[in-house]
Amino acid sequence: MEKFEAIVVGAGPAGSAAAYGLAKAGVKTLLVERGKAPGQKAMFGGRIYSFPLHAMIPDFAKDCPIERYVTRENMAFLSDDTALSVTFDAPKLGTGAAASFTAYRAKFDAWLAKKAEEAGAMLITGIRVDKVHRQGGKVAGVATNGDVVLADVVIAADGALSQLARSAGLRGDPSPEEYSVGVKETVELPQKVLEERFNLDEKEGAAYVFAGAASASLRGGGFLYTNKATLSLGLVVSSEDLAVTRTEIGTVMDRFRRHPAIARLTKGGKVLEWSAHLVPELGRAMSPRTYDDGFLLAGDAAGFLLNVGYTFRGVDLAIASGMAAAEAITRARTAGGYSAGNLAVYERLLKERQVTTDLETFAQAPFYLKNPRLFSVYPKLLNEIAEKVYTIDGTGQRKLSEVARAEAKAAKVSPVRMLLDLLGGARAM
Amino acid sequence: MAPGPRSIVCIKQVPKAQELQVDPVTNTLKRVGVPSEINPPDRNALEMALQVKDQFGGEVFVLTMGPPVFTSALEEALAMGCDRAFLLTDRILGGSDTVPTAHSLSETIHKIGGYQLIFCGEETTDASTGHVGPGIAGHLDCAQITYCSEVQFLGNRVRGKRSVEDGFETWECPLPCVITANFLSNRPRPPSLSGKIRVKRGGLITTWSCADVGIDPGKVGIRNSPTIVAKVDTVVLPDRKAKIFRGEPKAAVTALLDAMAADGVLSR
Repeated sequence: MEKFEAIVVGAGPAGSAAAYGLAKAGVKTLLVERGKAPGQKAMFGGRIYSFPLHAMIPDFAKDCPIERYVTRENMAFLSDDTALSVTFDAPKLGTGAAASFTAYRAKFDAWLAKKAEEAGAMLITGIRVDKVHRQGGKVAGVATNGDVVLADVVIAADGALSQLARSAGLRGDPSPEEYSVGVKETVELPQKVLEERFNLDEKEGAAYVFAGAASASLRGGGFLYTNKATLSLGLVVSSEDLAVTRTEIGTVMDRFRRHPAIARLTKGGKVLEWSAHLVPELGRAMSPRTYDDGFLLAGDAAGFLLNVGYTFRGVDLAIASGMAAAEAITRARTAGGYSAGNLAVYERLLKERQVTTDLETFAQAPFYLKNPRLFSVYPKLLNEIAEKVYTIDGTGQRKLSEVARAEAKAAKVSPVRMLLDLLGGARAM
Repeated sequence: MAPGPRSIVCIKQVPKAQELQVDPVTNTLKRVGVPSEINPPDRNALEMALQVKDQFGGEVFVLTMGPPVFTSALEEALAMGCDRAFLLTDRILGGSDTVPTAHSLSETIHKIGGYQLIFCGEETTDASTGHVGPGIAGHLDCAQITYCSEVQFLGNRVRGKRSVEDGFETWECPLPCVITANFLSNRPRPPSLSGKIRVKRGGLITTWSCADVGIDPGKVGIRNSPTIVAKVDTVVLPDRKAKIFRGEPKAAVTALLDAMAADGVLSR
């Protein structure tokens, strides 16, 4: 029977980072991916924050398949036919450890898995692993179709629904309130057209988040990222809201794409690809326990995803948690074995690498973001105020404060309610 | 119980049928850039041989003849559970039709030696001749059971159930024996994780040239292939017409039937 010291399931950012760290430390590691190639089954919004890569591979930018560095952040509130936007122009965000870049997962994941292979991990693709193998009650490997491969320790980096974490008893069955649905279109534009339209130079990129009518006023929002010659345009919407209102995400996406503010940005583009994915939303609440005897969770499998409304992080937390998992294993190895007691250091390493720290800082965000007024009333209200303020038609111009008061009244939100929502937001965010 | 047999499975790598297109100018199949796979009936042959090994022990070797890219088919067969693989590859084999192919494979099987069973798919999806299995039996001067759906190893004989037009025949043959497997006669197993790990560790594939095997260059290649492809026709599908018949159901149906009769689709 085949035997490894460590098996990592899932060659996404979490799994490949873990396998890389393990192989570098001389641990005999197997990395198993269900896609025919790493990245083939992966989907995300479009942007990666680079800080954990700096720590992992200092010269990563040399060959990492980066599309564009994000140098302009945009946030827009949409009504049905108008948009109120805030733009933050900061070329300095495109450099250093704080840099974020746009990418294709098919390329990025393949690149990262290659790094793990080069470091000495064995990569096997085209095999789906959905069960841990137990010996004497302990995790002792993985099982697929009756075929068993043994290992002293297993890392589940198998994504948002993590069959493996469920088979090991660290997570329960998924339920709609834990997840959003993400959908994305990859829209092709000639590079020159894209750069002129978004006012970017060759390396620069823009990121957008859209709130309000983008998600048909359901909890969630839209996003757009610029790649070299394509746009990543998509939505993330609460699956619970979709279920309750019996809305199909495809319909929401159709309407979003046709919104005047979006149609202008994608005009003439050709849709190359359509993809969808589940997005874990409840952070630490999704799997309070991240390790067990001979077993660790990393990335989406552990619920390590952070959506605070204006930033959206997943790949960075996945990489950082994968590295933390590798380090936890090498420390447990030095300590004499992979018992839960020895692997408990994982939690401390997750904190040190700012994975769980950031998740805990924003622990209340998912609950604050449950407030439906944020997605329906306020974006609309902001647009209506803007419309009144900018409409000069000879019927008399009013002060901004008067307009705001009148519109708030028309929207039937009391000033107290609004103040409480604002304070709630300030506290959670 | 007698020890299990050594089986040799002959496979071919073919372009994926659903991805194939005919070049409208040259009327030949466009093979460049088309993803390839193990010839689907050969998968059934592999599964048949592996089932014999599961039940009776022994070992399963896999053999292919073709360019080095055929290695990926061998790797997949190994990951399914074959013990060793052999690749016969040589430029002088280029353009071989089924006569030199059967000859070259037989010579290679002879060199491997020690075999009791030889498995092939019933035919390939890219040429559909079904010649090679019987050709090998001819060259090796041994028994053959073609179009088999079930095989039982009996120690010194083999029993095979073969499909014929109006039912089945069951044959018992002495060893060695060539078996060609019916397409879809079983559910081929997927490659396993341990199988893929074994492949990755390497050392399971033996590559031979014609000289290594001792194949006479005067018997192979395009010049020694009697088949001439004189003409390839492409079936041009007629364009579909879309016409909506409106009005009262009865009148609309009558109008539809009349129109179909007028087009010669129906006779009334």
